[in-house]
Amino acid sequence: MSRPGFVLEVDERTPALLMHEGEGFRLEKLPLGSRVIYPPESLPGLRDLDAQIRHALANPLGREPLHELLRPGMRLTIVFDDLSIPLPPMRTPDIRQRIIEQVLELAAANGVDDVELIAGNALHRRMTPAELKRTVGERVFRSFFPHHLRNHDAEDKANLAEIGTTRHGEVVEINKRAAESDLIVYVNVSLTAMSGGPKSVSVGLASYRSLKHHHNVHTLRHSKSFNDPPNSAMHHSYNRMAGLLGDNLNIFQIETTLNNETFPDYVGFLNKREWEWNLKDQAAYLAFKRANDLAPPKHRRQIWHRTAAPYGVTSVTAGDPIQVHEVTTRHVLRQQLTEVDGPADVGIFGLPYICPYNVNSIMNPILVMSLGLGYFFNLYRGQPIVRPGGVAIYYHPVRNEFHPVHHPSYIDFFEEVLAETTDPVAIETKFEEQFATDPWYIHLYRNSYAYHGVHPLYMWYWGAHAMEHLGDVIFVGGNRKTTQRMGFRSASTLDDALEMARERVGSSPSINYLHAPPLTMADVR
Amino acid sequence: MNLTLEYHRSPVRYMTTRTATGTSVGGRASGWMAANLSPLRLLNRPEPRLPDAGWTRVRPRLSGICGSDLGLLTGRNSPYLSALISLPFTPGHEVVGDTLDDLPDLPRGSRVVLDPVLGCVPRGLEPCTGCAADQPSRCDHITAGRVSAGMQTGYCADTGGGWSRMFVAHASQLHRVPDTVDDERAVLVEPLACAIHTVRRVPIPDGASVLVVGAGTVGLFTTMALREYTKAGPIYVIARYGHQRERAREVGATEVLTSDRAARALRRATGGFLARPDRGSEYLLGGVDLAFDCTAGSGLDTALRVTRAGGTVVMSGMPNAGVDLTPLWFRELNLVGAYCSSGHDFPDALALAQSAPLTGYVDAVYPLSRWRDAIGHASAAGRLGSVKVAFDPTKDQ
Repeated sequence: MSRPGFVLEVDERTPALLMHEGEGFRLEKLPLGSRVIYPPESLPGLRDLDAQIRHALANPLGREPLHELLRPGMRLTIVFDDLSIPLPPMRTPDIRQRIIEQVLELAAANGVDDVELIAGNALHRRMTPAELKRTVGERVFRSFFPHHLRNHDAEDKANLAEIGTTRHGEVVEINKRAAESDLIVYVNVSLTAMSGGPKSVSVGLASYRSLKHHHNVHTLRHSKSFNDPPNSAMHHSYNRMAGLLGDNLNIFQIETTLNNETFPDYVGFLNKREWEWNLKDQAAYLAFKRANDLAPPKHRRQIWHRTAAPYGVTSVTAGDPIQVHEVTTRHVLRQQLTEVDGPADVGIFGLPYICPYNVNSIMNPILVMSLGLGYFFNLYRGQPIVRPGGVAIYYHPVRNEFHPVHHPSYIDFFEEVLAETTDPVAIETKFEEQFATDPWYIHLYRNSYAYHGVHPLYMWYWGAHAMEHLGDVIFVGGNRKTTQRMGFRSASTLDDALEMARERVGSSPSINYLHAPPLTMADVR
Repeated sequence: MNLTLEYHRSPVRYMTTRTATGTSVGGRASGWMAANLSPLRLLNRPEPRLPDAGWTRVRPRLSGICGSDLGLLTGRNSPYLSALISLPFTPGHEVVGDTLDDLPDLPRGSRVVLDPVLGCVPRGLEPCTGCAADQPSRCDHITAGRVSAGMQTGYCADTGGGWSRMFVAHASQLHRVPDTVDDERAVLVEPLACAIHTVRRVPIPDGASVLVVGAGTVGLFTTMALREYTKAGPIYVIARYGHQRERAREVGATEVLTSDRAARALRRATGGFLARPDRGSEYLLGGVDLAFDCTAGSGLDTALRVTRAGGTVVMSGMPNAGVDLTPLWFRELNLVGAYCSSGHDFPDALALAQSAPLTGYVDAVYPLSRWRDAIGHASAAGRLGSVKVAFDPTKDQ
């Protein structure tokens, strides 16, 4: 039986606590009385996963068993979540590979010849052949790539189909092959409560024309939080679109959830609570930190990005997207949710080396912002862990570095747009269309491995709710110029940061520290 | 006697300076190198003789230090020019001064600025094709006639130059300065005339997008001239230093860029694709309609890389850097040179000098005796927040 989530109140016996800071980490002594929010202990993974998958496909929720939906002559499209999930990438074989292989076996057994596999990458960068192979496995890759295994192209106008318009005027436009299929099988990995369900097809296979209805400042400011779907305007929009898709398409959803085994054994201490570190963990910490700090930056990044998580799969559920997602969400929350008694004046977050958009890439300053003020800030239900007007303190070096192939429009966004304004509404009004329709960005998105031109703006919107809520944002160890460009401040130490925060929250602020990763979602009462 | 800074023949000093400033470390110390190693010396010479009746002696009030002068002192100027000068000579071709002799229509004591080109008229020759077309900057006879070889005053042994207490000039080279133009503005008329000439070298369609590479004196004046004499659309200026960025905006730049951001920013502004070669700088497939290199060649590479196919690149200022000409070929660009001034450029420059926001452009004035300090200051003018450094020979006792 795994232990539930836990809030530790720091006292004089509390050891220094682990704090992620990009491609590194440190132990930090927090002020007495600070509350530390730990996730529930990692849940046990399912045994005999292949049998569980087989069972889920044969006993779906609200649908006929998958084999009964498959027939000769039909068009089958298998869509799967792209490389942005899970984080870090999981050890092979990836759960998507296991599921896809079984779906393909069933399709072959039932005489289905017309099968295509599509990565639901929306406006994310295309996955490379190696990344596709890692996700779907050697056998599937060899059989289907490149003609029947490909990335979704949100700018291939000829291969997009408009499904209709919701009652709120939201145009639903998705991949034409999927839209014209007799059956869409969506293979999902849910790492957070925001993923999966109505988001899968409506976002993963959508075009900019469709995505802009929910990826905007207004929606994100009214998503409190976007990890709490009932209170997320973004999810309300997804739901409307998914309803339209459900009325017009035949979707068989397969969702999975993972436990909190985020880091491999050699850095197993990162998965543990600090006071439970044994001698081996302490030695591993010292050795790994020393080696990590001494490693050249390029080498250090390679090491981190080669880290594969030994996740256990905690659920596999198949069938009707709505019914499946209810089960999935329960599993996610069971693994991540921790009750917290009210927000604090100051919220502390240690930001790790990876976010959904820098897998095998560089965490540029915009992505740091979206990870900190977007993803981590929104890991709450009820209310944020910081009170309105409070201060968020993040740990990250926020280096001014960008991946020129993956993030070309990010470079221009940082240099040009943020030099002019950091206001999300002003940015949306003046720059969104420019970035979304820029022919060069579109060319790179389609033919290179670049995120779509509008993506950095979406990342900025991702933090719009936090920017409106917080009184100040301080990065401990952050590059001064880079943080300043984004409208934030930097401090050398936590003490300095708290001193800087003093004008907002006084000299003895209450503090909540969201101890993640592994992912923790605060249920703030 | 005439106190003068004289550039003399010294192959050892020339090669030492050229070699030293060619290295990355030496390049950063080029001001010190130019001031201490170049074949320049301060000495007293007999007063220059008048070559003919149409000439007058001129006593400089201010004499500017130009980028081409610094290129000369650092040995970076092209050896191509060595056939067009006569040694020893006194540099200085941006001059405001007083005439010391009576000339028809120009009485002694007139305050004048110098158009330094030594074409057929001052040389007492029948006009060549260029001079006949009122384009003396294209004169073919600059090595002939009654004064020794020298493409302009400041490179000619017989005329002397502005970096002295006295030099000689032909009546055709002199333009009387209105009382409304003070000396600090007047000394800028020659570079201003060059800038006007530069923008007149090519047709500039209304609304054309223009890039000016460099925001020293030449770049700022070119931007000024573009706004004054053309209907160019957006003008983008690449500037290195903060004060240059401010001045560029003041004289009409639409947007001021840094060189490392130029290609990306221009792509955003003008459209097109950005290409990244395996080696060398990024370039645009697309870009501005016209580019003006105002950096003595170091920015020409940038200009060629960000100008659209079929566009035009104008070189202003004496070039002293090599460049990869592949974009010129591949993008079918027009490369145009612009040297000195001709026609109405000088009178127009005098008029513009009265109204243009030139206050503070000449902010460092040195006597000839402090020539090493002056050369060092001029070499680091951008970094030190200056635009134009000048000599005031009247300060030397």
